[in-house]
Amino acid sequence: MPGIEDLYREIILDHYRTPRNRGELQPPAISSEGHNPLCGDDIRIFLDVADGVVRDVKFSGQGCSISQSSTSMMTVAIKGKTVDEVRAFVRRFKHMMTLADNDEPVDESINLGDIEALQGVVKFPVRIKCATLGWNTLLEALTESTK
Amino acid sequence: MTSAHRDFDSVAIRRDFPILETQINGKPLVYLDSANTSQKPNIVIDTMSEFMRETYAPINRSAYTLAANATELYEGARNAVAKFINANSSQEIVFTKNATEALNLLVNSWGRTNLKTGDVVLLTHMEHHANIVPWQMLQQERGIELRWVPLTSDYQLDLTSLETLLKGVKVFSFTSMSNVLGTINPVEKLCAAAHAAGAIAIVDACQSVPHAPTDVRALGADFVTFSSHKMCGPSGVGVLWGRKELLEAMPPFLGGGNMISEVRLDGFTCAELPAKFEAGTPAIAEVVGLGAAVNYLNDFGMTSIRQHEIAISGYVIEKFADRFGDDITIHGPRNPELRGATFSFAFRGIHPHDLSQVLDQSNVCVRAGHHCAKPLMKIIGANATARASFYLYNTTADVDALADALDSASDIF
Repeated sequence: MPGIEDLYREIILDHYRTPRNRGELQPPAISSEGHNPLCGDDIRIFLDVADGVVRDVKFSGQGCSISQSSTSMMTVAIKGKTVDEVRAFVRRFKHMMTLADNDEPVDESINLGDIEALQGVVKFPVRIKCATLGWNTLLEALTESTK
Repeated sequence: MTSAHRDFDSVAIRRDFPILETQINGKPLVYLDSANTSQKPNIVIDTMSEFMRETYAPINRSAYTLAANATELYEGARNAVAKFINANSSQEIVFTKNATEALNLLVNSWGRTNLKTGDVVLLTHMEHHANIVPWQMLQQERGIELRWVPLTSDYQLDLTSLETLLKGVKVFSFTSMSNVLGTINPVEKLCAAAHAAGAIAIVDACQSVPHAPTDVRALGADFVTFSSHKMCGPSGVGVLWGRKELLEAMPPFLGGGNMISEVRLDGFTCAELPAKFEAGTPAIAEVVGLGAAVNYLNDFGMTSIRQHEIAISGYVIEKFADRFGDDITIHGPRNPELRGATFSFAFRGIHPHDLSQVLDQSNVCVRAGHHCAKPLMKIIGANATARASFYLYNTTADVDALADALDSASDIF
Protein backbone atom coordinates (compact mmCIF):
# COMPACT_ATOMS: atom_id res chain seq x y z
CA MET A 1 0.00 0.00 0.00
CA PRO A 2 1.39 3.41 -0.93
CA GLY A 3 2.06 5.65 2.03
CA ILE A 4 -0.23 8.54 2.85
CA GLU A 5 2.80 10.84 2.60
CA ASP A 6 2.88 10.17 -1.17
CA LEU A 7 -0.52 11.80 -1.37
CA TYR A 8 -0.44 14.63 1.12
CA ARG A 9 2.83 16.31 0.16
CA GLU A 10 3.64 19.55 1.94
CA ILE A 11 3.14 21.74 -1.16
CA ILE A 12 -0.32 20.20 -1.62
CA LEU A 13 -1.32 20.87 1.98
CA ASP A 14 0.05 24.41 1.64
CA HIS A 15 -2.21 25.15 -1.34
CA TYR A 16 -5.12 23.51 0.51
CA ARG A 17 -4.63 25.62 3.64
CA THR A 18 -3.84 28.79 1.68
CA PRO A 19 -5.50 28.53 -1.71
CA ARG A 20 -4.32 31.00 -4.37
CA ASN A 21 -6.71 32.79 -6.71
CA ARG A 22 -9.76 31.84 -4.70
CA GLY A 23 -12.72 34.07 -5.50
CA GLU A 24 -14.85 35.13 -8.42
CA LEU A 25 -14.55 37.32 -11.52
CA GLN A 26 -17.44 39.44 -12.75
CA PRO A 27 -18.73 39.24 -16.33
CA PRO A 28 -17.60 39.62 -19.06
CA ALA A 29 -15.28 37.01 -17.51
CA ILE A 30 -16.80 33.63 -18.25
CA SER A 31 -17.25 30.72 -15.84
CA SER A 32 -17.87 26.99 -15.86
CA GLU A 33 -18.97 24.66 -13.13
CA GLY A 34 -17.75 21.11 -12.55
CA HIS A 35 -19.11 18.39 -10.27
CA ASN A 36 -17.68 15.20 -8.92
CA PRO A 37 -20.79 13.00 -8.77
CA LEU A 38 -18.98 10.47 -6.59
CA CYS A 39 -18.42 12.78 -3.66
CA GLY A 40 -20.65 15.79 -4.29
CA ASP A 41 -17.74 18.21 -4.65
CA ASP A 42 -18.16 21.18 -6.95
CA ILE A 43 -15.84 23.78 -8.41
CA ARG A 44 -16.40 26.92 -10.48
CA ILE A 45 -13.64 28.36 -12.66
CA PHE A 46 -13.73 32.03 -13.70
CA LEU A 47 -11.66 33.02 -16.73
CA ASP A 48 -10.79 36.38 -18.16
CA VAL A 49 -9.43 35.74 -21.66
CA ALA A 50 -8.41 38.57 -23.96
CA ASP A 51 -6.51 38.36 -27.26
CA GLY A 52 -6.06 34.63 -26.76
CA VAL A 53 -4.33 35.07 -23.39
CA VAL A 54 -5.60 34.08 -19.92
CA ARG A 55 -5.41 37.48 -18.19
CA ASP A 56 -6.95 36.31 -14.92
CA VAL A 57 -8.39 33.17 -13.36
CA LYS A 58 -10.19 32.48 -10.10
CA PHE A 59 -12.02 29.55 -8.57
CA SER A 60 -14.74 28.90 -6.02
CA GLY A 61 -16.55 25.84 -4.68
CA GLN A 62 -16.04 23.09 -2.14
CA GLY A 63 -13.86 20.06 -2.22
CA CYS A 64 -11.24 17.88 -0.60
CA SER A 65 -7.60 18.83 -0.16
CA ILE A 66 -6.63 17.21 -3.45
CA SER A 67 -9.24 18.93 -5.63
CA GLN A 68 -8.72 22.29 -3.94
CA SER A 69 -4.93 22.28 -4.00
CA SER A 70 -4.77 20.93 -7.54
CA THR A 71 -7.05 23.72 -8.74
CA SER A 72 -5.13 26.34 -6.76
CA MET A 73 -1.80 25.25 -8.29
CA MET A 74 -3.41 25.15 -11.72
CA THR A 75 -4.59 28.75 -11.50
CA VAL A 76 -1.08 29.92 -10.56
CA ALA A 77 0.44 28.02 -13.48
CA ILE A 78 -1.89 29.14 -16.26
CA LYS A 79 -2.21 32.85 -15.56
CA GLY A 80 -0.60 34.79 -18.43
CA LYS A 81 -0.38 31.80 -20.75
CA THR A 82 -2.04 31.73 -24.17
CA VAL A 83 -5.11 29.53 -24.61
CA ASP A 84 -3.07 27.13 -26.76
CA GLU A 85 -0.34 26.94 -24.14
CA VAL A 86 -2.94 26.27 -21.45
CA ARG A 87 -4.48 23.45 -23.46
CA ALA A 88 -1.05 21.85 -23.95
CA PHE A 89 -0.39 22.29 -20.22
CA VAL A 90 -3.67 20.56 -19.32
CA ARG A 91 -2.79 17.68 -21.67
CA ARG A 92 0.60 17.34 -19.97
CA PHE A 93 -1.08 17.26 -16.54
CA LYS A 94 -3.69 14.72 -17.57
CA HIS A 95 -0.91 12.61 -19.07
CA MET A 96 0.76 12.58 -15.65
CA MET A 97 -2.59 11.56 -14.16
CA THR A 98 -2.63 8.63 -16.63
CA LEU A 99 -5.61 10.13 -18.42
CA ALA A 100 -3.96 11.13 -21.72
CA ASP A 101 -6.09 11.06 -24.82
CA ASN A 102 -4.14 9.12 -27.46
CA ASP A 103 -5.45 11.31 -30.27
CA GLU A 104 -3.79 14.39 -28.81
CA PRO A 105 -0.02 14.70 -28.65
CA VAL A 106 1.51 15.41 -25.25
CA ASP A 107 4.49 17.74 -25.07
CA GLU A 108 6.57 16.02 -22.40
CA SER A 109 9.05 18.89 -22.29
CA ILE A 110 6.46 21.05 -20.53
CA ASN A 111 7.58 21.58 -16.94
CA LEU A 112 4.70 21.21 -14.48
CA GLY A 113 6.70 22.72 -11.62
CA ASP A 114 5.05 22.35 -8.19
CA ILE A 115 2.22 20.44 -9.80
CA GLU A 116 4.54 17.43 -10.11
CA ALA A 117 3.77 16.94 -6.41
CA LEU A 118 0.38 15.59 -7.47
CA GLN A 119 2.04 12.61 -9.15
CA GLY A 120 1.50 10.62 -5.95
CA VAL A 121 -2.27 10.80 -6.55
CA VAL A 122 -1.84 8.21 -9.31
CA LYS A 123 -1.11 5.63 -6.60
CA PHE A 124 -4.62 6.32 -5.21
CA PRO A 125 -6.75 5.84 -8.36
CA VAL A 126 -10.00 6.85 -6.64
CA ARG A 127 -8.53 10.31 -6.06
CA ILE A 128 -7.55 11.00 -9.70
CA LYS A 129 -11.05 12.39 -10.21
CA CYS A 130 -10.44 14.82 -7.34
CA ALA A 131 -7.14 15.99 -8.82
CA THR A 132 -8.59 16.53 -12.30
CA LEU A 133 -11.93 18.15 -11.37
CA GLY A 134 -10.61 21.72 -11.66
CA TRP A 135 -8.69 20.94 -14.84
CA ASN A 136 -11.68 19.45 -16.65
CA THR A 137 -13.74 22.44 -15.56
CA LEU A 138 -11.02 24.72 -16.92
CA LEU A 139 -11.24 22.98 -20.31
CA GLU A 140 -14.97 23.69 -20.38
CA ALA A 141 -14.36 27.33 -19.52
CA LEU A 142 -11.74 27.57 -22.29
CA THR A 143 -14.19 26.17 -24.80
CA GLU A 144 -16.73 28.67 -23.57
CA SER A 145 -14.23 31.54 -23.91
CA THR A 146 -13.39 30.75 -27.53
CA LYS A 147 -17.01 30.51 -28.68
CA MET B 1 -40.96 -16.07 13.09
CA THR B 2 -38.25 -18.62 13.73
CA SER B 3 -37.12 -18.60 17.33
CA ALA B 4 -33.49 -17.80 18.01
CA HIS B 5 -31.25 -20.63 19.09
CA ARG B 6 -27.83 -19.01 19.13
CA ASP B 7 -26.53 -16.61 21.74
CA PHE B 8 -25.44 -13.22 20.57
CA ASP B 9 -21.69 -13.59 21.06
CA SER B 10 -19.74 -10.99 19.08
CA VAL B 11 -16.49 -12.95 19.15
CA ALA B 12 -18.14 -16.07 17.76
CA ILE B 13 -20.07 -14.02 15.21
CA ARG B 14 -16.88 -12.43 13.91
CA ARG B 15 -15.47 -15.90 13.28
CA ASP B 16 -18.41 -16.56 10.94
CA PHE B 17 -17.17 -13.81 8.59
CA PRO B 18 -13.89 -14.89 6.96
CA ILE B 19 -13.20 -11.43 5.53
CA LEU B 20 -12.87 -10.04 9.05
CA GLU B 21 -9.72 -12.14 9.42
CA THR B 22 -8.20 -10.44 6.39
CA GLN B 23 -5.22 -8.26 7.13
CA ILE B 24 -3.94 -5.48 4.90
CA ASN B 25 -0.34 -4.45 5.58
CA GLY B 26 -0.39 -6.55 8.72
CA LYS B 27 -3.32 -4.68 10.20
CA PRO B 28 -6.80 -6.11 10.79
CA LEU B 29 -9.81 -4.91 8.87
CA VAL B 30 -12.23 -2.54 10.64
CA TYR B 31 -15.25 -2.72 8.36
CA LEU B 32 -17.64 0.15 9.07
CA ASP B 33 -19.54 0.35 5.78
CA SER B 34 -22.39 -2.10 6.25
CA ALA B 35 -25.06 0.50 5.45
CA ASN B 36 -23.46 0.44 2.02
CA THR B 37 -23.10 -3.32 1.79
CA SER B 38 -22.64 -6.01 4.42
CA GLN B 39 -20.03 -8.73 4.64
CA LYS B 40 -20.95 -12.40 4.12
CA PRO B 41 -20.84 -15.24 6.65
CA ASN B 42 -19.37 -18.64 5.77
CA ILE B 43 -22.82 -20.20 5.64
CA VAL B 44 -23.81 -17.90 2.73
CA ILE B 45 -20.51 -18.38 0.90
CA ASP B 46 -20.61 -22.16 1.40
CA THR B 47 -24.28 -22.51 0.50
CA MET B 48 -23.76 -20.67 -2.79
CA SER B 49 -20.59 -22.50 -3.63
CA GLU B 50 -22.12 -25.90 -2.78
CA PHE B 51 -25.19 -25.02 -4.80
CA MET B 52 -23.09 -24.17 -7.84
CA ARG B 53 -20.97 -27.29 -7.39
CA GLU B 54 -23.79 -29.74 -6.79
CA THR B 55 -27.25 -28.47 -7.63
CA TYR B 56 -27.05 -25.59 -10.13
CA ALA B 57 -29.62 -25.86 -12.92
CA PRO B 58 -32.36 -23.75 -14.51
CA ILE B 59 -35.41 -23.19 -12.36
CA ASN B 60 -39.11 -23.53 -13.19
CA ARG B 61 -38.68 -24.98 -16.67
CA SER B 62 -37.10 -28.41 -16.82
CA ALA B 63 -38.35 -31.81 -15.74
CA TYR B 64 -35.10 -33.45 -14.73
CA THR B 65 -34.26 -34.03 -11.08
CA LEU B 66 -31.37 -31.58 -10.92
CA ALA B 67 -33.61 -28.74 -12.14
CA ALA B 68 -36.34 -29.75 -9.70
CA ASN B 69 -33.81 -29.66 -6.85
CA ALA B 70 -32.54 -26.23 -7.91
CA THR B 71 -36.11 -24.93 -8.12
CA GLU B 72 -36.85 -26.29 -4.67
CA LEU B 73 -33.88 -24.45 -3.17
CA TYR B 74 -34.75 -21.24 -5.02
CA GLU B 75 -38.37 -21.37 -3.87
CA GLY B 76 -37.21 -22.39 -0.41
CA ALA B 77 -35.36 -19.08 -0.21
CA ARG B 78 -38.56 -17.28 -1.20
CA ASN B 79 -40.42 -19.03 1.62
CA ALA B 80 -37.67 -18.09 4.06
CA VAL B 81 -37.88 -14.42 3.02
CA ALA B 82 -41.69 -14.47 3.26
CA LYS B 83 -41.54 -15.84 6.83
CA PHE B 84 -38.74 -13.42 7.74
CA ILE B 85 -40.97 -10.39 7.10
CA ASN B 86 -44.25 -12.16 8.02
CA ALA B 87 -45.78 -11.96 4.54
CA ASN B 88 -49.13 -13.66 4.00
CA SER B 89 -47.66 -15.93 1.37
CA SER B 90 -44.49 -16.45 -0.64
CA GLN B 91 -46.46 -15.34 -3.72
CA GLU B 92 -46.10 -11.83 -2.37
CA ILE B 93 -42.29 -11.99 -2.60
CA VAL B 94 -40.83 -10.80 -5.91
CA PHE B 95 -37.09 -11.11 -6.51
CA THR B 96 -35.53 -8.26 -8.47
CA LYS B 97 -31.96 -7.30 -9.35
CA ASN B 98 -31.70 -4.97 -6.33
CA ALA B 99 -33.90 -2.71 -4.22
CA THR B 100 -33.49 0.07 -6.77
CA GLU B 101 -35.09 -2.16 -9.38
CA ALA B 102 -37.88 -3.03 -6.96
CA LEU B 103 -38.72 0.68 -6.61
CA ASN B 104 -38.47 1.19 -10.37
CA LEU B 105 -40.83 -1.75 -10.81
CA LEU B 106 -43.38 -0.07 -8.56
CA VAL B 107 -43.11 3.31 -10.28
CA ASN B 108 -43.31 1.79 -13.74
CA SER B 109 -46.00 -0.78 -13.10
CA TRP B 110 -48.20 0.59 -10.31
CA GLY B 111 -47.31 4.22 -11.05
CA ARG B 112 -47.97 4.18 -14.78
CA THR B 113 -51.23 2.34 -14.25
CA ASN B 114 -52.58 4.51 -11.47
CA LEU B 115 -51.04 7.98 -11.82
CA LYS B 116 -52.02 10.63 -14.34
CA THR B 117 -51.07 14.27 -14.89
CA GLY B 118 -51.58 16.29 -11.73
CA ASP B 119 -51.66 13.32 -9.35
CA VAL B 120 -49.55 13.77 -6.25
CA VAL B 121 -46.77 11.58 -4.84
CA LEU B 122 -45.48 12.36 -1.35
CA LEU B 123 -41.82 11.66 -0.56
CA THR B 124 -39.55 12.86 2.25
CA HIS B 125 -36.39 14.91 2.41
CA MET B 126 -34.43 11.90 3.67
CA GLU B 127 -34.90 9.63 0.67
CA HIS B 128 -32.16 7.78 -1.19
CA HIS B 129 -31.91 8.65 -4.90
CA ALA B 130 -33.58 5.29 -5.64
CA ASN B 131 -36.80 6.61 -4.10
CA ILE B 132 -36.54 10.00 -5.81
CA VAL B 133 -35.28 9.65 -9.37
CA PRO B 134 -37.77 7.00 -10.63
CA TRP B 135 -40.60 9.31 -9.49
CA GLN B 136 -38.91 12.29 -11.15
CA MET B 137 -38.66 10.26 -14.36
CA LEU B 138 -42.41 9.65 -14.21
CA GLN B 139 -42.89 13.33 -13.39
CA GLN B 140 -41.01 14.34 -16.55
CA GLU B 141 -43.06 11.99 -18.64
CA ARG B 142 -46.45 12.50 -17.09
CA GLY B 143 -46.49 15.70 -15.08
CA ILE B 144 -47.24 14.21 -11.67
CA GLU B 145 -46.64 16.46 -8.65
CA LEU B 146 -43.98 15.56 -6.07
CA ARG B 147 -44.37 16.78 -2.50
CA TRP B 148 -41.89 16.44 0.32
CA VAL B 149 -42.12 15.87 4.07
CA PRO B 150 -39.42 18.15 5.58
CA LEU B 151 -37.08 17.49 8.52
CA THR B 152 -37.05 18.86 12.03
CA SER B 153 -33.85 20.36 13.49
CA ASP B 154 -33.25 17.08 15.37
CA TYR B 155 -33.19 15.03 12.16
CA GLN B 156 -36.68 13.54 12.42
CA LEU B 157 -39.43 13.82 9.83
CA ASP B 158 -41.45 16.93 10.57
CA LEU B 159 -44.96 15.48 10.75
CA THR B 160 -46.75 18.62 11.97
CA SER B 161 -48.25 19.27 8.51
CA LEU B 162 -48.50 15.65 7.41
CA GLU B 163 -52.28 15.72 7.09
CA THR B 164 -52.16 18.78 4.84
CA LEU B 165 -49.30 17.34 2.79
CA LEU B 166 -51.26 14.11 2.31
CA LYS B 167 -54.34 15.87 0.88
CA GLY B 168 -55.04 14.45 -2.57
CA VAL B 169 -51.95 12.21 -2.45
CA LYS B 170 -52.09 8.87 -4.28
CA VAL B 171 -48.78 7.43 -3.04
CA PHE B 172 -46.70 8.08 0.05
CA SER B 173 -43.26 6.51 -0.48
CA PHE B 174 -40.71 6.82 2.30
CA THR B 175 -37.68 5.24 3.91
CA SER B 176 -37.99 3.25 7.13
CA MET B 177 -34.53 4.45 8.17
CA SER B 178 -32.30 7.14 6.71
CA ASN B 179 -29.08 5.77 5.20
CA VAL B 180 -27.40 9.10 6.06
CA LEU B 181 -28.87 10.21 9.41
CA GLY B 182 -29.65 6.83 10.91
CA THR B 183 -33.10 8.15 11.86
CA ILE B 184 -35.72 5.42 12.26
CA ASN B 185 -39.09 6.60 10.99
CA PRO B 186 -42.47 5.73 12.55
CA VAL B 187 -43.47 3.43 9.69
CA GLU B 188 -46.78 2.19 11.18
CA LYS B 189 -47.94 5.71 11.86
CA LEU B 190 -46.96 6.91 8.37
CA CYS B 191 -48.71 3.97 6.70
CA ALA B 192 -51.87 4.64 8.72
CA ALA B 193 -51.76 8.34 7.79
CA ALA B 194 -51.32 7.47 4.11
CA HIS B 195 -54.31 5.12 4.20
CA ALA B 196 -56.47 7.65 6.06
CA ALA B 197 -55.79 10.04 3.17
CA GLY B 198 -56.65 7.41 0.56
CA ALA B 199 -53.02 6.89 -0.52
CA ILE B 200 -51.00 3.71 -0.75
CA ALA B 201 -47.82 3.37 1.34
CA ILE B 202 -44.49 2.24 -0.10
CA VAL B 203 -41.68 1.60 2.38
CA ASP B 204 -38.03 1.61 1.29
CA ALA B 205 -36.82 -0.72 4.05
CA CYS B 206 -33.24 -1.29 2.84
CA GLN B 207 -31.72 0.08 6.01
CA SER B 208 -34.10 -1.49 8.53
CA VAL B 209 -34.80 -5.06 7.36
CA PRO B 210 -31.16 -6.16 7.95
CA HIS B 211 -31.10 -4.66 11.45
CA ALA B 212 -34.45 -5.09 13.18
CA PRO B 213 -37.54 -7.30 13.17
CA THR B 214 -39.85 -6.59 10.22
CA ASP B 215 -43.51 -7.56 10.14
CA VAL B 216 -45.00 -6.18 6.94
CA ARG B 217 -48.53 -6.95 8.07
CA ALA B 218 -48.12 -5.14 11.37
CA LEU B 219 -46.56 -2.17 9.56
CA GLY B 220 -49.70 -1.84 7.47
CA ALA B 221 -47.65 -1.10 4.34
CA ASP B 222 -48.77 -1.83 0.79
CA PHE B 223 -45.29 -2.40 -0.62
CA VAL B 224 -41.91 -2.90 1.04
CA THR B 225 -38.56 -3.05 -0.77
CA PHE B 226 -35.13 -4.16 0.48
CA SER B 227 -31.89 -5.70 -0.71
CA SER B 228 -30.07 -8.96 -0.04
CA HIS B 229 -26.56 -7.56 0.00
CA LYS B 230 -27.16 -5.37 3.05
CA MET B 231 -28.40 -8.35 5.12
CA CYS B 232 -25.44 -10.74 4.78
CA GLY B 233 -26.68 -12.09 1.46
CA PRO B 234 -25.02 -11.68 -1.93
CA SER B 235 -25.46 -8.70 -4.24
CA GLY B 236 -27.64 -9.14 -7.33
CA VAL B 237 -30.92 -9.71 -5.49
CA GLY B 238 -33.52 -7.24 -4.31
CA VAL B 239 -36.87 -8.00 -2.75
CA LEU B 240 -40.24 -6.48 -3.43
CA TRP B 241 -43.02 -7.45 -1.08
CA GLY B 242 -46.52 -6.30 -1.99
CA ARG B 243 -50.05 -7.03 -0.88
CA LYS B 244 -51.28 -9.79 -3.15
CA GLU B 245 -54.36 -7.99 -4.47
CA LEU B 246 -52.24 -4.99 -5.47
CA LEU B 247 -49.57 -7.11 -7.19
CA GLU B 248 -52.29 -9.04 -9.01
CA ALA B 249 -53.88 -5.87 -10.35
CA MET B 250 -50.54 -4.55 -11.69
CA PRO B 251 -49.23 -5.09 -15.22
CA PRO B 252 -45.80 -6.72 -15.62
CA PHE B 253 -42.68 -4.55 -15.55
CA LEU B 254 -40.21 -6.47 -17.72
CA GLY B 255 -41.38 -8.86 -20.43
CA GLY B 256 -39.77 -12.11 -21.55
CA GLY B 257 -39.37 -15.68 -20.41
CA ASN B 258 -40.82 -16.99 -17.15
CA MET B 259 -43.33 -14.13 -16.74
CA ILE B 260 -45.87 -15.44 -19.25
CA SER B 261 -48.59 -18.02 -19.18
CA GLU B 262 -49.18 -17.97 -22.95
CA VAL B 263 -47.61 -16.21 -25.93
CA ARG B 264 -49.17 -16.14 -29.38
CA LEU B 265 -48.41 -14.00 -32.42
CA ASP B 266 -51.25 -11.71 -31.40
CA GLY B 267 -50.37 -11.27 -27.75
CA PHE B 268 -49.54 -12.80 -24.37
CA THR B 269 -51.04 -13.54 -20.99
CA CYS B 270 -49.11 -13.18 -17.76
CA ALA B 271 -47.99 -15.90 -15.40
CA GLU B 272 -49.30 -16.04 -11.85
CA LEU B 273 -47.54 -14.21 -9.05
CA PRO B 274 -44.69 -13.92 -8.44
CA ALA B 275 -43.41 -15.17 -11.83
CA LYS B 276 -45.31 -12.32 -13.52
CA PHE B 277 -42.64 -9.95 -12.19
CA GLU B 278 -39.61 -12.19 -12.66
CA ALA B 279 -38.83 -12.06 -16.37
CA GLY B 280 -35.78 -13.93 -17.57
CA THR B 281 -33.35 -16.14 -15.69
CA PRO B 282 -32.98 -14.72 -12.19
CA ALA B 283 -29.89 -14.64 -9.97
CA ILE B 284 -30.43 -18.26 -8.96
CA ALA B 285 -27.41 -18.95 -6.77
CA GLU B 286 -27.72 -15.48 -5.23
CA VAL B 287 -31.33 -16.06 -4.21
CA VAL B 288 -30.29 -19.37 -2.64
CA GLY B 289 -27.55 -17.42 -0.84
CA LEU B 290 -30.11 -14.91 0.41
CA GLY B 291 -32.10 -17.82 1.84
CA ALA B 292 -29.00 -18.89 3.78
CA ALA B 293 -28.49 -15.30 5.00
CA VAL B 294 -32.07 -15.16 6.30
CA ASN B 295 -31.56 -18.43 8.16
CA TYR B 296 -28.30 -17.09 9.58
CA LEU B 297 -29.97 -13.91 10.89
CA ASN B 298 -32.85 -15.98 12.29
CA ASP B 299 -30.34 -18.00 14.30
CA PHE B 300 -29.82 -14.94 16.48
CA GLY B 301 -33.22 -13.37 16.05
CA MET B 302 -33.58 -9.83 14.76
CA THR B 303 -34.41 -8.54 18.24
CA SER B 304 -30.92 -9.50 19.49
CA ILE B 305 -29.33 -7.83 16.48
CA ARG B 306 -31.33 -4.66 17.13
CA GLN B 307 -30.34 -4.71 20.82
CA HIS B 308 -26.68 -5.12 19.89
CA GLU B 309 -26.86 -2.14 17.54
CA ILE B 310 -28.59 0.03 20.14
CA ALA B 311 -25.71 -0.76 22.49
CA ILE B 312 -23.09 0.02 19.80
CA SER B 313 -24.88 3.30 18.96
CA GLY B 314 -24.85 4.30 22.61
CA TYR B 315 -21.13 3.53 22.77
CA VAL B 316 -20.39 5.54 19.59
CA ILE B 317 -22.26 8.59 20.85
CA GLU B 318 -20.54 8.43 24.25
CA LYS B 319 -17.10 7.75 22.82
CA PHE B 320 -17.32 10.57 20.27
CA ALA B 321 -18.49 13.04 22.92
CA ASP B 322 -15.85 12.00 25.49
CA ARG B 323 -12.96 11.97 23.12
CA PHE B 324 -13.74 14.74 20.65
CA GLY B 325 -16.40 16.96 22.22
CA ASP B 326 -17.35 19.75 19.83
CA ASP B 327 -14.74 18.67 17.27
CA ILE B 328 -17.18 16.09 15.96
CA THR B 329 -20.70 16.71 14.69
CA ILE B 330 -23.06 13.78 14.28
CA HIS B 331 -25.67 14.44 11.60
CA GLY B 332 -28.45 12.46 13.22
CA PRO B 333 -30.42 11.70 16.40
CA ARG B 334 -28.55 11.31 19.71
CA ASN B 335 -30.95 8.81 21.22
CA PRO B 336 -29.81 5.25 20.36
CA GLU B 337 -33.42 4.02 20.60
CA LEU B 338 -34.47 6.37 17.80
CA ARG B 339 -31.71 5.50 15.40
CA GLY B 340 -29.86 2.71 13.66
CA ALA B 341 -26.11 2.27 14.01
CA THR B 342 -25.30 4.43 10.97
CA PHE B 343 -23.43 7.64 11.75
CA SER B 344 -22.71 10.48 9.36
CA PHE B 345 -20.34 12.98 10.87
CA ALA B 346 -18.12 15.97 10.33
CA PHE B 347 -14.73 16.03 12.06
CA ARG B 348 -12.50 19.06 12.71
CA GLY B 349 -13.26 20.58 9.31
CA ILE B 350 -11.42 17.79 7.49
CA HIS B 351 -13.02 16.97 4.15
CA PRO B 352 -14.68 13.51 4.31
CA HIS B 353 -12.62 12.25 1.36
CA ASP B 354 -9.40 13.19 3.08
CA LEU B 355 -10.70 11.72 6.32
CA SER B 356 -11.60 8.37 4.76
CA GLN B 357 -8.22 8.30 3.01
CA VAL B 358 -6.39 8.70 6.30
CA LEU B 359 -8.67 6.19 8.09
CA ASP B 360 -7.82 3.74 5.32
CA GLN B 361 -4.20 3.78 6.52
CA SER B 362 -5.54 1.99 9.60
CA ASN B 363 -7.82 -0.24 7.48
CA VAL B 364 -10.84 1.57 8.90
CA CYS B 365 -13.39 1.41 6.08
CA VAL B 366 -15.92 4.25 6.08
CA ARG B 367 -17.94 5.79 3.29
CA ALA B 368 -17.27 9.39 2.27
CA GLY B 369 -19.56 11.31 -0.01
CA HIS B 370 -23.21 12.16 -0.50
CA HIS B 371 -24.52 8.63 0.13
CA CYS B 372 -26.90 8.82 -2.86
CA ALA B 373 -29.01 11.37 -1.00
CA LYS B 374 -27.97 14.69 -2.52
CA PRO B 375 -31.17 16.60 -1.69
CA LEU B 376 -30.79 15.59 1.96
CA MET B 377 -27.12 16.61 1.98
CA LYS B 378 -28.09 20.06 0.74
CA ILE B 379 -30.72 20.35 3.49
CA ILE B 380 -28.27 19.44 6.26
CA GLY B 381 -25.77 21.86 4.71
CA ALA B 382 -23.03 19.40 3.81
CA ASN B 383 -21.55 18.61 0.40
CA ALA B 384 -20.34 15.33 1.76
CA THR B 385 -20.06 13.50 5.07
CA ALA B 386 -18.04 10.61 6.39
CA ARG B 387 -20.26 7.72 7.46
CA ALA B 388 -19.46 4.85 9.78
CA SER B 389 -22.09 2.11 9.94
CA PHE B 390 -22.14 -0.91 12.22
CA TYR B 391 -23.66 -4.39 12.04
CA LEU B 392 -23.88 -7.57 14.06
CA TYR B 393 -20.18 -8.35 13.54
CA ASN B 394 -18.95 -4.98 14.82
CA THR B 395 -17.83 -4.53 18.42
CA THR B 396 -16.87 -1.65 20.68
CA ALA B 397 -13.25 -2.42 19.69
CA ASP B 398 -14.17 -1.25 16.15
CA VAL B 399 -15.50 2.02 17.60
CA ASP B 400 -12.21 2.45 19.51
CA ALA B 401 -10.24 1.78 16.32
CA LEU B 402 -12.29 4.43 14.51
CA ALA B 403 -11.65 6.97 17.25
CA ASP B 404 -7.88 6.25 17.23
CA ALA B 405 -7.76 6.58 13.44
CA LEU B 406 -9.67 9.89 13.60
CA ASP B 407 -7.00 11.23 15.92
CA SER B 408 -4.30 10.34 13.42
CA ALA B 409 -6.15 12.37 10.75
CA SER B 410 -5.77 15.48 12.89
CA ASP B 411 -2.00 15.06 12.75
CA ILE B 412 -1.99 15.60 8.97
CA PHE B 413 -4.51 18.39 8.45
